[in-house]
Amino acid sequence: MTIDLLPHLKQMLSAPGLSGYEDPIRDIIRTAWQPFCEEISVSRVGSLHALKRGDGPEPRPRVMLSAHMDAIGLMVTGITEGFLRITQVGGIDARILPGQMVIVHGQRDLPAMVVMPPAHLLPPEAGSGVVALQYLLIETGLRADEVEKLVRVGDVVSFAQEPLELGSSALAGHTLDNRVSVAAVTHCLDILSRRKHAWDVWAVASSQEEIGVTGAFTSPVDIQPDFAIAIDVTFAKSAGSSDWRTFPLGEGVTLAWGPNIHPALYTAITKTADELDIPYTREPAPSMTGTDAYAIQVVQSGIPCLLIGIPLRYMHTPVETVSLKDVRRAGRLMAEFISALPLDFMQTLEWK
Amino acid sequence: MSPTKQITQSSRKRIGKRQTELLAELCNALSVSGDEQEVREIVLREVKPLCQQVEVDAMGNVLATRIGSGQDKVQVMIAAHMDEVGFMLTQDDGDGIYGFSIVGGIDERQLVGKPVIVGREHVPGVIGAKAIHLTTPEERKTALKLEQLRIDLGPDGSGLARVGDRAGFATRFSEIGPSIRAKALDDRLGVFNLIELLRSAPENIDLLAAFTVQEEVGLRGARVAAYHFNPQIGIAVDSTPANDLPLYDEDSENTRYNTRLDHGPAIYLMDGATIADRRLAEWLMKTAEGEGIPYQIRQPNPGGTDAGAIHKTRAGVPSISVSVPQRYCHTAAGLIRKSDWEDTLRLLSAALSRLNSKILTPSEA
Repeated sequence: MTIDLLPHLKQMLSAPGLSGYEDPIRDIIRTAWQPFCEEISVSRVGSLHALKRGDGPEPRPRVMLSAHMDAIGLMVTGITEGFLRITQVGGIDARILPGQMVIVHGQRDLPAMVVMPPAHLLPPEAGSGVVALQYLLIETGLRADEVEKLVRVGDVVSFAQEPLELGSSALAGHTLDNRVSVAAVTHCLDILSRRKHAWDVWAVASSQEEIGVTGAFTSPVDIQPDFAIAIDVTFAKSAGSSDWRTFPLGEGVTLAWGPNIHPALYTAITKTADELDIPYTREPAPSMTGTDAYAIQVVQSGIPCLLIGIPLRYMHTPVETVSLKDVRRAGRLMAEFISALPLDFMQTLEWK
Repeated sequence: MSPTKQITQSSRKRIGKRQTELLAELCNALSVSGDEQEVREIVLREVKPLCQQVEVDAMGNVLATRIGSGQDKVQVMIAAHMDEVGFMLTQDDGDGIYGFSIVGGIDERQLVGKPVIVGREHVPGVIGAKAIHLTTPEERKTALKLEQLRIDLGPDGSGLARVGDRAGFATRFSEIGPSIRAKALDDRLGVFNLIELLRSAPENIDLLAAFTVQEEVGLRGARVAAYHFNPQIGIAVDSTPANDLPLYDEDSENTRYNTRLDHGPAIYLMDGATIADRRLAEWLMKTAEGEGIPYQIRQPNPGGTDAGAIHKTRAGVPSISVSVPQRYCHTAAGLIRKSDWEDTLRLLSAALSRLNSKILTPSEA
């Protein structure tokens, strides 16, 4: 079978799944990966593990593909006169919040929005500048007595922005970080289902990346991979963002280079990309990467890691934007690299 | 007097599926000041079967007249503005990225991270923001300025728009619980209400309906519409801010709310553009009390409606405004209560039925 990536991605973007509350998104990913995999399980901290067996002799070497599935969002901290006060789950710039559509996951899902009270209802210093998260409110459209019945402190709040197709190749929405990488893994599994590969492939949709890389610290203990590929979004060039940390949108993936990355693995995957003309840019990651690779590398005795980046504009806003071309490239690059892995690949990696 | 009178259950329900669908169509249309065509088309479609005369004037106002059959009729002009606040593309940076200006009053802090629609084709786009990871704590304490923001139509979006196109927030109309959430409720509610009044106008008046342009950029359409109609009475039907949110300091009470949801239509006595005609205010309040319709007095505040232009037209026109209270005006999505909307329509309808020229006679007192 082949998967049509755009509806798959849109379905994932419409599903909630804040860090620690990944059940709804995990169910969707499980359904998408099931046809390609022989075994599927859920880790103790909520990551999804899916095994696609290779055709090499046992015991087969294992590669782990790690794409985090959790979303950033908000959590209710208080209820006042029918309005909700909130805090953040994951990194959110309060400047993007006023006027955002959200869903409050109360006794039932409530359509709602973040609102900025008028200046004269705020402390003097907050009126004209950035209104801090502590002063923003959520409006549910319900009357106060109804809100009291349906919402509790601690309820989580997801962004509600529907995915938008921009032009013929771009998609905008919330939580493209990092559901696009999950889609890239789906694409990889899909391609591998029509190819031979000697290695076992463990696809992981990791949990709680946004609040401390929890899934990535724990899944390798269950899976015991020989090496791992983390897939995450990276910064695309856009208005106000054009320094060395940013990459053109739609012109290829990035391959990170730095202390979180095994240099010989890096060389090996760039060879695959060069041979197949899959465009990529070397992404300098001079220190830590802020991705699953950061965690996986230091699990147990250490695990060699790669990091593939999908350029994305406006990260951690509800209008994150990617090019679907880059998503497909990431999936294809992984599939090509994996299907060409010889059984003795790990023995060929040398420190030079 | 209490603004929260019991609603009489006998009153006919005025807001049903058909009404809500028309309001949704009106709100989802894009009609930024100076380019009101999308709403104008809907208005013309709706009012042509209802009126003896319908014309589009030199500015784009739709002027519709429904002539009553009674004696001693009052010439009443009611104005509702078709335009909304929004944007115009002003700069083409290439690769589907456009600089833009604000048309009307929108707080720049409301722009960041929003989906938008551009042009008559409603091409989807987004107003992005720099990733939080790339900002400094100092930057995050400074509001983003319009000059730093762009509308992004995607990397192959260059041919999809051009400088001069209008744009607006992409918010779709929705009903949530007892409320309606939509963009441009200011003043599609008024447009809707005026269409409804034309449907059932009483015979004791000539209803001079002005669906005006360019209200948000200076009450410009209403001025020429009032000149054209030369009415005895002017009424602006609009939407006004309900700032009935809690204060940051929860021990204090918010006494500066302008209007409050669930308190019925807001009758104006004074705003930044005009002082309402006292006789018209009495007429509206007495009607509400007589019919058991809740109402509230809009707290005297700056701001203005088409009434500000109408009342200074020719030798002067006694004028007033009635608004539906709305939270979050001039943002991506406003919010109203359906009950306030319905009560506004009931009040206007009942008041027109009671109208006669005597209310303008100077009182002996």
